[in-house]
Amino acid sequence: MERFLFYSSLFVLLLMALSLYRAIAGPTPLDRILGGNAIGTKTTVLIIFIGIIFERVDMFVDIALAYAMLNFIAVIAASRYFHKKGREADFY
Amino acid sequence: MIIDIVVITFVVMGLVLFSVGTLGILRLPDAYTRMHAAGKLDTLGSICLLFGLALWQGRHFDLAHLIVAAKILLILVFVSFASPTATHDMVDAGMRAGIIPWRKGDKRR
Repeated sequence: MERFLFYSSLFVLLLMALSLYRAIAGPTPLDRILGGNAIGTKTTVLIIFIGIIFERVDMFVDIALAYAMLNFIAVIAASRYFHKKGREADFY
Repeated sequence: MIIDIVVITFVVMGLVLFSVGTLGILRLPDAYTRMHAAGKLDTLGSICLLFGLALWQGRHFDLAHLIVAAKILLILVFVSFASPTATHDMVDAGMRAGIIPWRKGDKRR
């Protein structure tokens, strides 16, 4: 069971590395915000996986909650900046 | 054990939903369709995976493990509120900035 959780956390890490392509090479800034949001949602789960592997979940669950809040605020601030500064001539 | 089977079921369900969400992020032709896939599938995958990990944490049935499992369930409640709000805000920013949606027959953007 410990080995199953370890390999599933490695699979989540692989999915984060695949989502990083959209965050780097997206054609619009909206794609980059979307890739960052997908990576942050997966990191919130991955921190709890790390806590279960180290058997210190009581320490890592607070870090995961703070990371979820910080990801939410970062996505809202980036999208607000984007619709203030964006024009259609910048994308195509 | 019966708790191992339940936890493995929830974790595998969450990993399948994350995989389909990542496939949608990589394959779909437009920013709006990518946000449609990523918002829904990441939200439900996080809910399944966090519920499975909270069950795996609360298997000892002490007071400390149950408090930590309740904290994981609070993270689940926060993610279920915050992730659709973030997706709605990204779509609203794209529509206000003037990105036209993809139609059938256009090239992939």
